[in-house]
Amino acid sequence: MEEKSIMEKIAEANKAVTKGVDEKEVEHWVTIYIMGKEYKVPAALTIMQAMEYAGYKFIRSCGCRAGFCGACSTVYRKKGEYKLRTAMACQTRVEDGMYLVQIPFAPAEKAIYDINKEQYDISVFFKYYPEITRCVSCNTCTKSCPQDLEVMDYVQAAIKGDFAAVAEGSFECIQCGLCAIRCPADIVQYHLAQLARRMYGRYGSPEEKNVKKRVEEIKKGKFDKEFDRVMSLSSDELKNLYTEQQRTREVY
Amino acid sequence: MLLLVLSSIGEKAVRNSTKEFAQLTHLPIIPFTHLLDLMKGVKMKISYFPGCTLKTMAKNFEDSALASASSLGIEMVELQRWNCCGTVYSLTSDDLIHQLAPIRDLIRVEEQKDNRVVTLCSMCYNTLKRANKLVQEDKEKLDKLNDLMYREDVKYDGKVKVLHLLEILKNEIGFEQIARKVKIPLKGLKVAPYYGCLLLRPPEVGIDDPENPTILENLLESTGAEVIDYPYKTECCGSYNTVANVDLVVERAYNILRSAINQGAEAIVLSCPLCGFNLDNRQKEIKEKFSDFKNIPIFYFTQLLALSLGLDEKVCRFELNFVDPRPLLESKHLIGGV
Repeated sequence: MEEKSIMEKIAEANKAVTKGVDEKEVEHWVTIYIMGKEYKVPAALTIMQAMEYAGYKFIRSCGCRAGFCGACSTVYRKKGEYKLRTAMACQTRVEDGMYLVQIPFAPAEKAIYDINKEQYDISVFFKYYPEITRCVSCNTCTKSCPQDLEVMDYVQAAIKGDFAAVAEGSFECIQCGLCAIRCPADIVQYHLAQLARRMYGRYGSPEEKNVKKRVEEIKKGKFDKEFDRVMSLSSDELKNLYTEQQRTREVY
Repeated sequence: MLLLVLSSIGEKAVRNSTKEFAQLTHLPIIPFTHLLDLMKGVKMKISYFPGCTLKTMAKNFEDSALASASSLGIEMVELQRWNCCGTVYSLTSDDLIHQLAPIRDLIRVEEQKDNRVVTLCSMCYNTLKRANKLVQEDKEKLDKLNDLMYREDVKYDGKVKVLHLLEILKNEIGFEQIARKVKIPLKGLKVAPYYGCLLLRPPEVGIDDPENPTILENLLESTGAEVIDYPYKTECCGSYNTVANVDLVVERAYNILRSAINQGAEAIVLSCPLCGFNLDNRQKEIKEKFSDFKNIPIFYFTQLLALSLGLDEKVCRFELNFVDPRPLLESKHLIGGV
């Protein structure tokens, strides 16, 4: 069997990286500080892998390990730098001299509402998140966003009552909460954005005709046969089918 | 008049000699593209900062202003990106965070390769202009703000000029020119201009004499309206006290309106959505408190301007005014099948 690289082994493991990695193979090491304690870790690791390497076991602050779920919010500083930086632990490589801590949860109240009963205008923003008017356009939220969204711009769009701009500007938000943690005006940007996207989806965005057509087709049983076939496959057959599909077409 | 036209694609030597010739002869020189604009009838393009209220509560102000400006040859181009102006100019000298919003907006103007920006809302005008003045006069503060906004591609240099539409109408179009363009003179309509604070104070950013301004009077006269003078035209309406101290605002608004009505005014004309809210929407509370009070319509100056220029009544959005001004305008035969 061909010798696997460390990164391949790490990727394969999808769990604590120490398993199957011989430290003698590691050429480059960095020193990091996890909540003030010093650790020497392989330089090739992500922050998340490095913490696991150091012996931490994640029961929170860890989710998809692929940069999609927003669970592994990290704040850190680098040696000799005043700036407080933010990142997703699973997406960011460790660097020498990093001072690290995980933020497993952003404390914030999430408004409860029924989008069918709300008015589709600016008043809905002020009703549930009136603090958005405290925005001073300092842009700290944008600086903290690991998704590189223009967070301030979408908060400002909300103040103008522009649902489409909030929805589009926040579309790739992974709700990690780092913006809300950093905001000097105590705004909870990602909850506001979710309200805007829901309202825009319900009232603002044009109806997608193809979706309506497809739902009708499904109801009429167009795909029943195919569903039955897939449901009857064995686990291995399913895996093969999935791998084949991944290989042959782009999946979004 | 002879003009020299400068093409951007010609021989460099030719262009340079044209410039020299212009200097010798004192002839005006304009770029070729501007000549094309002039031929098409486009006279002026200017970056426009709307502000939040113009996009929500005061759509009647925005729609009537854009239409009026366009009919007078001014194309107001909304900034592609902008944020709230900051709402109130912060008077605390070491409170720089509240200057970020207005200065960021001025950066947006420079990003559009423009050096002038026009506003409609008096509050936005005042906040942007005062923040601009602050950084123009204090390089250290400007540097600090630019440093805080390190992610912006453009560093603000203090060179943007903040203007109110009234200034452009007065200085660049001219009230005589407006009078010539009036199609429906507002004859017999008795209007009282109301300035409030933010167009005039402090004097170093005001657009007119802070004690006895006349710019709104002159504009309204050019539309053919009859202008009423009264002592409360520069009195404060109570501003944002309208949130926490409604009584105070109701009393002030009552005094202002009563003074104008006593001088024979049939309507008030203003330029600020917050003054508008206090003088228009608060008439509900005024009526509850003062039984002798009778409603009086409140206009944005652009609504009457648009009407006098003969534009479609729809751009005035009169349905958004709290006190419906249409019965008054109908009684003067200014709308509804003239």
